[in-house]
Amino acid sequence: MTDATANDISDRSEATRGRRDIGIKRRYAAERRFKAYGMIAIGLGIAFLFILLWSVVSKGYTAFWQTEIRVPITFSEEVIGTAEEGAANQSKLMMANYPQLARDGLIQLLEIDPENSEAVSAANGLVSQGVRMELRDMVLNDLQVIGTTEDVWLYASSDLDSALKGSYDLSVEESRRPISDLQLEFIERLEEMGALEQNFNWGLFTFGASSRAETAGVGVAIIGSAYMMLIVLALALPIGVAASIYLEEFAPKNRFTDLIEVNINNLAAVPSIVFGILGLAVFINWFGLPRSAALVGGLVLTLMTLPTIIIATRAALRAVPPSIRWAALGLGASKTQTVFQHVLPLAAPGILTGTIIGLAQALGETAPLLLIGMVAFVADYPETPLDAATALPVQIYMWANEAERAFQERTSGAIMILLGFLALMNLTAIFLRRRFERRW
Amino acid sequence: MDMSRATFEKGPAVSQDKTIKMASKDVTVHYGQKQALNGISLDIKERQVTALIGPSGCGKSTYLRCLNRMNDTIDTAKVDGKILLDGENIYDPDLDVVELRARVGMVFQKPNPFPKSIWENVAYGPKIHGLAKNKDQLEEIVHTSLKRAGLYKEVKDRLDEPGTGLSGGQQQRLCIARAIAVSPEVILMDEPCSALDPIATATVEELIDELKQNFTIVIVTHSMQQAARVSQVTAMFHLGDLAEVGATEKMFSNPDDKRTQDYITGRFG
Ligand SMILES: Nc1ncnc2c1ncn2[C@@H]1O[C@H](COP(=O)(O)OP(=O)(O)OP(=O)(O)O)[C@@H](O)[C@H]1O
Ligand SMILES: [Mg+2]
Repeated sequence: MTDATANDISDRSEATRGRRDIGIKRRYAAERRFKAYGMIAIGLGIAFLFILLWSVVSKGYTAFWQTEIRVPITFSEEVIGTAEEGAANQSKLMMANYPQLARDGLIQLLEIDPENSEAVSAANGLVSQGVRMELRDMVLNDLQVIGTTEDVWLYASSDLDSALKGSYDLSVEESRRPISDLQLEFIERLEEMGALEQNFNWGLFTFGASSRAETAGVGVAIIGSAYMMLIVLALALPIGVAASIYLEEFAPKNRFTDLIEVNINNLAAVPSIVFGILGLAVFINWFGLPRSAALVGGLVLTLMTLPTIIIATRAALRAVPPSIRWAALGLGASKTQTVFQHVLPLAAPGILTGTIIGLAQALGETAPLLLIGMVAFVADYPETPLDAATALPVQIYMWANEAERAFQERTSGAIMILLGFLALMNLTAIFLRRRFERRW
Repeated sequence: MDMSRATFEKGPAVSQDKTIKMASKDVTVHYGQKQALNGISLDIKERQVTALIGPSGCGKSTYLRCLNRMNDTIDTAKVDGKILLDGENIYDPDLDVVELRARVGMVFQKPNPFPKSIWENVAYGPKIHGLAKNKDQLEEIVHTSLKRAGLYKEVKDRLDEPGTGLSGGQQQRLCIARAIAVSPEVILMDEPCSALDPIATATVEELIDELKQNFTIVIVTHSMQQAARVSQVTAMFHLGDLAEVGATEKMFSNPDDKRTQDYITGRFG
């Protein structure tokens, strides 16, 4: 019996040697198929990313350029009063009719008959109404300019800007486009004179909200977002890390801590708008903090970011090999010494990465901020986190609702700025990881 | 490697006059519902090497971890019975576990240096226990510890390089240097050579032989030869019981217990 079995086995192995089917082909085929799926998925991902970036950049890059017109401005005493009057009465200087100076200058430059009201208003439509501030600041800075004539680069109106950037279809009937034939003629003349120039649009980074596209910028929004990021960093990082250390290293493992763990994981999945409602109810209605303030926004975003940071930190702590803890404890280090001197430094890269990803999420968050009134029209820089402010994504949201062409390009421009900040943060995360990562 | 090397000739036989450093009385350990040790009573004498042997899972590591209360770090572990260090119960609530671990050091199976410099690895213990009054003293402690661990010559030019960059055997000797830097009275070693090659093992064994001049050493090992080479007393564990304990020489030549006989002749384990 045993002999027969042995023979059987040797027979079979001899007969099948070299052509035994153990599914090698099938396994390689499966591997190739899986690789192909992976490549397709990655290819699709890259394609979509590229389309997104291309659509944003192609629409938005023009926002970084702004047309300016060189106009000879006569700071006439008739319009703004004499220097002495101005020195005595600031408010008169503030209220003076500066746009008239710009209009007069332009009329002179284009040699328009001041009686021809159609031509005058067409010319007037070429300069931004924002010249009021530009010229007023010049006068306030130096009263000596009153009575003199000077070439000044003025912001062009958004219609001129858009026409020059080719955003308007000029082949359609005159009444159906925002810029008239007469204005086009003026633009041509200005170009010939070399009085038109496209300059880098610093205003996009420094201005606040404005109803005129050419004087609208994300400056206020950047400050608001920066305040909020600082608040999130200052609150969410220490609270999140402390909570994680307690839960991971000190807390007893029982029903209660299990419950907390489940809740934190659920909290990470709660829609952000719910945090906005919470913020409205708690921070504004109950604590009485001001609406639209960066402080409230920061607090809401802190709540939103905490679970992300806690989950990342706990994962980082868990990834530290237990042998390191034993080594320290075995030497007589206390639990706190072990955690702070050995475990935490090793977990730091993971914690930092988690924190920065959390911050990046918070930076791009819009919905909860709308609920706490950060959607307000804020033209002035917030001096403290308690002042009304707005945030980058909210500014994008508001501009996206404007009909004007010039706002559309600014929407894309602002998206580029936001993406730039996000890329910067993620690069920082990668850099910190590389820098602090240790092998053990 | 020379297996027959000075096994029984070397080292004095167990002398009765050695004082008892640690004594355990009826120690039982439960992991949750599961009992891992069933009442171990074992005396560990001063300045000699006690080897713990026995088949896998019999509770050697568990017993060793009782001696410096590392079992405290395992949530499910529950220790009963008495363990005395110089006559004091180490599970006494008055006795601080930090102080205990400064007196009873531990070297683990897998070398586990801190991912810091060699110098910092050794200096860490003295620093947290305030053993050095100034930098010079600390320097002195680090250097003598490395010398005693037989590592100084190899690393003296690169003390500020990471300890994790050393070879396995060097890392284990670094861990031993780290343990002796806090001047413990007892050093516990859990299979300290199982991750090392024969040459590194020989170095560590020589080191252990030297260390017993100043320290009381308890070592867990799976190698009969190693137990025979380095220890003066051997304790045989079996399924949570202490099967037999006695002078190493006697244990390996003429054991009383059937289980010990079977184990050392390789019939199980
Ligand atoms: N952390 C733990 N939780 C639960 N059970 C444990 C734990 N550690 C050890 N045990 C159990 O206790 C018993 C003794 O384990 P121990 O590690 O002390 O054995 P050992 O003699 O050191 O074995 P080895 O030679 O394999 O290291 C084993 O049955 C093991 O499964
Ligand atoms: Mg073990």
